[in-house]
Amino acid sequence: MGNPSGRQVRSRNLSVTDVTSAARPSIRFRGHSLIALVVVPEEPVSDWLAHLDGLAQRSPGFFASRPVILDVSHLPHDRDSLRALVADLFTRGIRVMGLEGADAAVLGPDLPPVLTGGSPTGQLEIPTGKLKTQPNGGPERPRPASLLIEDPVRSGQSICFPDGDVTVVGSVSSGAEIIAGGSIHVYGTLRGRAVAGSGGDTKARIYCRKLEAELLMIDGSFRTDDEVQPELRGRPVQAWLQDGAIALASLD
Amino acid sequence: MAKVLVVTSGKGGVGKTTSTAALGAALAQSGQSVVVIDFDVGLRNLDLVLGAERRVVYDLINVVQGEAKLSQALIRDKRVETLSLLAASQTRDKDALTEEGVGRIIAELREKFDWVICDSPAGIERGAALAMRFADVAVVVTNPEVSSVRDSDRIIGLLDSKTLRAENGERMEKHLLITRFDPAREMRGEMLKTEDVLEILSIPLLGVIPESEEVLRASNVGSPVTLNAPTSAPGRAYMDAAKRLKGEVVAMTVPTERRAGLFSKIFRRAA
Ligand SMILES: Nc1ncnc2c1ncn2[C@@H]1O[C@H](COP(=O)(O)OP(=O)(O)OP(=O)(O)O)[C@@H](O)[C@H]1O
Ligand SMILES: [Mg+2]
Repeated sequence: MGNPSGRQVRSRNLSVTDVTSAARPSIRFRGHSLIALVVVPEEPVSDWLAHLDGLAQRSPGFFASRPVILDVSHLPHDRDSLRALVADLFTRGIRVMGLEGADAAVLGPDLPPVLTGGSPTGQLEIPTGKLKTQPNGGPERPRPASLLIEDPVRSGQSICFPDGDVTVVGSVSSGAEIIAGGSIHVYGTLRGRAVAGSGGDTKARIYCRKLEAELLMIDGSFRTDDEVQPELRGRPVQAWLQDGAIALASLD
Repeated sequence: MAKVLVVTSGKGGVGKTTSTAALGAALAQSGQSVVVIDFDVGLRNLDLVLGAERRVVYDLINVVQGEAKLSQALIRDKRVETLSLLAASQTRDKDALTEEGVGRIIAELREKFDWVICDSPAGIERGAALAMRFADVAVVVTNPEVSSVRDSDRIIGLLDSKTLRAENGERMEKHLLITRFDPAREMRGEMLKTEDVLEILSIPLLGVIPESEEVLRASNVGSPVTLNAPTSAPGRAYMDAAKRLKGEVVAMTVPTERRAGLFSKIFRRAA
């Protein structure tokens, strides 16, 4: 099985008012943006499931509470085989929130909906270290919601940490990306893409010592390099969300 | 103890094969035993640059597939007897390279040579992945321009994650070799500054090889520039780089007199 890849699922905030019946209150909708895990089963499915079990053993808790999308575009399927596969995943604690590439003819209320409009976010690193349990079998300590990266992040690498802040001591190269549920701190030069607040945290910020970023995104709002004031380029900068748009200011 | 060195870049045509031949010949001339391996299956070049194209009988794929013994496939250089070549196949498919087969060959070569130098194909596919897979040391070849630097950055990421050493949690030694450097174009701002390349890639500098007619002349006569024109600017630059690979400390001068000051400055930063 290849590495599962991440997918950003995004929707806009909506508020719909039914003007024909002013007496009733308006129905409110809220947008939600999240990084989902896309799993791509391969034939033969039994072998693939066995692989998956191996992975779950090496990285216990990897799938726990993660939204999962099942991409079946390369898997021949009918309604029964798809139902069986979704059930097989369910018994492994993996709840499929949506399908990609499913044949429209097989869909029904007993299967998850087909999703469109997601954007890929690259491969997710599967943690190889086992979850730490106390030697005496006691409860695990809660994991601090931050990720420290001491090496430079190179072109083509994607660091995805939906659970909190990401701190990079070195630089983030052109063609690399950092996706954080919380804020992003880069103590070197930020040349690649920084996506903060990926789970909808509007308070998330991006800080860097030298701004040369290809893209800054916070909770779905973004700014490309073209839209950065020239006087801020190459400077220590912070970015935050103000009235739904990205604001930038020099840090010195 | 043998060192396995991969010469790699990501981007094509930046000077990997030229550098493999030049560094291999320079190390061999200094008395070390060296084998250079061409991993560019289907586009072999190293045999031409070494002037051995008419002496290739068996190649890397033959040995990987067990059709020939290593001793039958190694071609000894006629000028420097401590230099040998294992050629690539021009006719076979690169899928014929297997990790198991390459690993077996590299392990066998480690017993026989001081240096095993792997000339990687461009790209990040199978050939490039297998060329770096068993390496202890990498020479990352970069031209001072944006796309080459970005590809090198990508390759450094792979060296730190996809090699056997990285997977075992060991450090991969990496060196930057800037080639086709043209001081006049750098001055005019047409090429990235060496300092900027070093800042972006942040690995130590092994050398700066100037753009030079001598390189073309040497490869046209099938001789590495370090043999054909050892006192030319690129010849001296490669000689110095080879010494640094052996751990000798050599002042970093760009082999054109005018700009020596700048490079001694950079060397202090990168050392
Ligand atoms: N310092 C230099 N000065 C002038 N020409 C050079 C220099 N270095 C390399 N070249 C020329 O550039 C071309 C490409 O070099 P080379 O074949 O070594 O690159 P490569 O990285 O091995 O390419 P590939 O990716 O195709 O394997 C050759 O024609 C070579 O002679
Ligand atoms: Mg080549």
